[in-house]
Amino acid sequence: MEVILSIAIGIMTTCGVWLILRPRTFQVIIGLSLLSYAVNLFIFGVGGVKSNLPPILEQGVPARMLTDPVPQALVLTAIVIGFATTALFLVVLLASRGLTGNDHVDGRNEGK
Amino acid sequence: MIDQNVWLVVLLLLPFLGSFAAAFILNTTSRNLPVVISAAVAAVALGASISCYPAIAGGEILRYQFAWLPQFGLNFSLRMDGFAWIFTVLILSIGLLVILYARYYMSDEDPIPRFFSFLLAFMGAMLGIVLSGNIILLSVFWELTSIFSFLLISYWHGNANARDGARMALTITGIGGFCLLIGFLLLGNIVGSYDLDKVLASGDMIRAHPLYLPMLVFILLGALTKSAQFPFHFWLPNAMAAPTPVSAFLHSATMVKAGVFLLARFWPALSGTYEWFLLVGLAGMLTLLLGAYFAMFQQDLKGLLAYSTISHLGLITTLLSLGSPLATVAAIFHMLNHATFKASLFMAAGIIDHETGTRDMRKLSGLIRCLPITGTLAMVASASMAGVPLLNGFLSKEMFFAEAVETHENSIFDTMLPYVATLAGAFSVAYSIRFIHAVFFGPKATQLPKKEPHEPPHWMRFPIEFLVLVCLVVGIFPAYSIGPFLQTAVTSVLDKQTPDYSLAIWHGVNTPLIMSLIALVGGATIYALLKGYLASCDDGPPILRGLKGQRVFERVLVTVSWRWARFAEQRLGTRNLQPQLRWVVFTGLIAGLLPLYLSGFEVRPFVWKGADPAFAALWVIGIGLALGTAYLAKYHRLAALVMLGGVGLIVCTTFVWLSAPDLAVTQLLVEIVTTVLILLGLRWLPKRNPEIEEHLSLRARARRLRDLLLAITCGVGMSFVAFAVMTMPVPDAIANYFLDNAYSMGGGRNVVNVILVDFRGFDTLGEIAVLGVVALTVYALLRRFRPAADSMDLPEQQQIQNRFDAERSDRDLGDTVREYLLVPSVIMQWMFPFIITLAVYIFMRGHDLPGGGFSAGLTLSIAFLLQYLAGGTRWAEDRIRIQPLRWMGGGLLIASATGMGAWAFGYPFLTSHFQYLEVPFIGKVPAASALLFDLGVFLLVVGSTALILVALAHQSIRINRLRAIELSKSEAAQEEATAWK
Repeated sequence: MEVILSIAIGIMTTCGVWLILRPRTFQVIIGLSLLSYAVNLFIFGVGGVKSNLPPILEQGVPARMLTDPVPQALVLTAIVIGFATTALFLVVLLASRGLTGNDHVDGRNEGK
Repeated sequence: MIDQNVWLVVLLLLPFLGSFAAAFILNTTSRNLPVVISAAVAAVALGASISCYPAIAGGEILRYQFAWLPQFGLNFSLRMDGFAWIFTVLILSIGLLVILYARYYMSDEDPIPRFFSFLLAFMGAMLGIVLSGNIILLSVFWELTSIFSFLLISYWHGNANARDGARMALTITGIGGFCLLIGFLLLGNIVGSYDLDKVLASGDMIRAHPLYLPMLVFILLGALTKSAQFPFHFWLPNAMAAPTPVSAFLHSATMVKAGVFLLARFWPALSGTYEWFLLVGLAGMLTLLLGAYFAMFQQDLKGLLAYSTISHLGLITTLLSLGSPLATVAAIFHMLNHATFKASLFMAAGIIDHETGTRDMRKLSGLIRCLPITGTLAMVASASMAGVPLLNGFLSKEMFFAEAVETHENSIFDTMLPYVATLAGAFSVAYSIRFIHAVFFGPKATQLPKKEPHEPPHWMRFPIEFLVLVCLVVGIFPAYSIGPFLQTAVTSVLDKQTPDYSLAIWHGVNTPLIMSLIALVGGATIYALLKGYLASCDDGPPILRGLKGQRVFERVLVTVSWRWARFAEQRLGTRNLQPQLRWVVFTGLIAGLLPLYLSGFEVRPFVWKGADPAFAALWVIGIGLALGTAYLAKYHRLAALVMLGGVGLIVCTTFVWLSAPDLAVTQLLVEIVTTVLILLGLRWLPKRNPEIEEHLSLRARARRLRDLLLAITCGVGMSFVAFAVMTMPVPDAIANYFLDNAYSMGGGRNVVNVILVDFRGFDTLGEIAVLGVVALTVYALLRRFRPAADSMDLPEQQQIQNRFDAERSDRDLGDTVREYLLVPSVIMQWMFPFIITLAVYIFMRGHDLPGGGFSAGLTLSIAFLLQYLAGGTRWAEDRIRIQPLRWMGGGLLIASATGMGAWAFGYPFLTSHFQYLEVPFIGKVPAASALLFDLGVFLLVVGSTALILVALAHQSIRINRLRAIELSKSEAAQEEATAWK
């Protein structure tokens, strides 16, 4: 499990970093989303990987067996904040597109 | 009777309070009120300090202290001994006179309250320097004097000279103040305490310490810049752009004296070494001589006085360098004498300027006819400056000559000193005669800007009269006037080293007297010889005219702040995003690798623990989708977005798989909202043309390769770190605390939710606030949004549908578009109540089972979103008006109010309370106050998400409206055009 998850994190990081270094705003916004998946999974993984032991207290299950809830709480807010920053970036992207007439991250179009 | 020690605080606070009052409380146009306040402050403080004299004279040291930064061992401590006392009285009395003078000097157009506010604040800072009992505190006040002097010099900020002069003074004294702080830190380190008493008591230890020289250099840099000693002297003449009362106060009596005050204050601790003699002596002697020489050739009255001040400060510095107690007595005495005659001369120069409109000595002449009293007063003060017998300047100059003759160190400087002293004395006589002769004698001036100068109001002249009287009294009866006070001051500095000295005027015919005579005669001769040349020459001495410290200063400034800065910006800066991000990523990579490289890491043998094939298959798809997203994001945005959503779903499934149901729910919902959001934005992006970049240059390829390598390195690194972290045995983490206490302390079974709304509720409050801020920012940005042109035509399918409508006469345009998704849209409309119920359900169960405010909020906003999708913006808004701002405001209020509710019961912010309630038909429900907090989270999430989505959706309507307006405008223009025909 850990191997698969680490490879997945690595590949999503690679794709994300590659995309945020690209010159088009849409690539950057997609890259940020991929990168945040990778980072969220990574933070989540810090607490250890366990199946079928959600951090929900039940009678008869010893509490300390359960998955670490702290990274989950962190990631939960990270997901919501990630949504907010994506929205903000999207609007900045659109505004920049409206003002400069192109979708280059620096507002210039050297491709033409 | 009030404890006298408390007076110290009153003394120090009064000017600052007065300054505050003058600046803010009295928003008045009255000219007198600020003056009255300032004068009252100075007078009360002066009275207070005089009342302290009996104790001080008895050798007592007044102290007051309280803990300032106890964790660093710093106390706010004030201390007044004889030396501090005499300076306090000097500052306050000259301050009082300057306030009186300024009352008449400042014109009606000048903002009076501001002037007096700055002046009082400066006075307070200066008192702070004098009274500080802690050297760090001293350097704080030292900086304050620099700042207020900057504000005072640039008082007439409309004048470019004033601004430049103020900036120069601030730069020089500010750098000096910084050096002083470094020096003090070193000194404190050497002594082991920042307490002034301890520092002064450990002179031997300081002088023997290996850090003595660097510490001395830094402290001297501070003192010499403040006292305008060579080579930092040039700021003082440039500071003459200040109003004359400021020059009289700061540049004669107080601020420039701070440097020599410091040298005298630390004289017992620092002096007596060869380094001290060399550094201080060299600076002092050069300043003494050069200042006097430059002063002779000034054409501006205040310029002459400024260089004369520099020279006299050099004299004091030279005396302090000698390391002999007698010389120190002379130095302290001269500090006081110089303050009296120089302040009065500055005020006289101010009156001349005020009455004639110029300070240029080439234009001024014969003023004794119109200004007989001022002229006489200025003559006496000048004579004191020149060192004429029966005036106070003579006494301290005699003492200086006597010390100059003594041999202190057997070096070339010491041998030269008597000659330097006599020569400087002669120069001093020359410029003093010039000051009087050029201005008051000779034919009546013809080129004055103001005709008919006359004597100023009596009270404007009063300060000069008073100071000149002091010059005379001290000059004639020194032992009975200044004697005891000087003795108190000297004793407090020199303690057991206090020498026997005599303040008599007549010591018989001795070397100093002969030197004085030579200087007087020589000075008169020099003036007689140079008179013709000086009457018409340019400003500044012959030969050295081109060599100006100011030019050097400016060149350095330009080099550092412009050339170097530009060079650095060109080499190191970029305005492009890509290199910046590249550096961020690269730095992050290095920051991740460095600890591994530095502290090493353990390589464990890899153990294959097996994996669920289904999970593997899931991520094979996930990885494929991620790669596809990266590949397609350039030309096929929609495909990339769909694939990104796929990756999101797989992440979501992973959360389910690995025991994180809360995350899965939230991720799923966020995924939906994000996808819709980006879909809404897609239409504004320009069309990409894959052909353009087919012919890639070699450079672009290299750049891509570099980015790819960087990305792969990051990815591989992340993989390894993630694997290492996940396979490491989890330490006894804080997790256990939360798992153990979630139920007993938070009253919930869903530990993640309990952490969010209870244990770490404050973090969550911050996070929802961020969410709200982002939503408002999005909204604000979109209100000002100038949309780009649509990048594509209507979709082909929609065109066909519209054509169909156009062909049939019974159909309106757009009917088919509305109808063809009728079934799904009806279903979506019907879903509305169910989704709302779902949201409530998710919210209510949140404390015990997966769910909670975040996911419930997202669910409800999706319910709204679906209505927009199903019926269109207009349809939806005709039926339901969401007020996102109210939701957000309400949410934030509820969350904060719940937190504050805990205060009512005497608990800290956000302490939660819970109990179970019996509700009919439903049974036991948890009623934790955290649930209320979660309600706030829920409302805010709904509001923010809805605000963002609705704002974006409205852009489509807005652009149609904009186009309609433009269309009607152009139509109207056309009609107008045809009407003209």
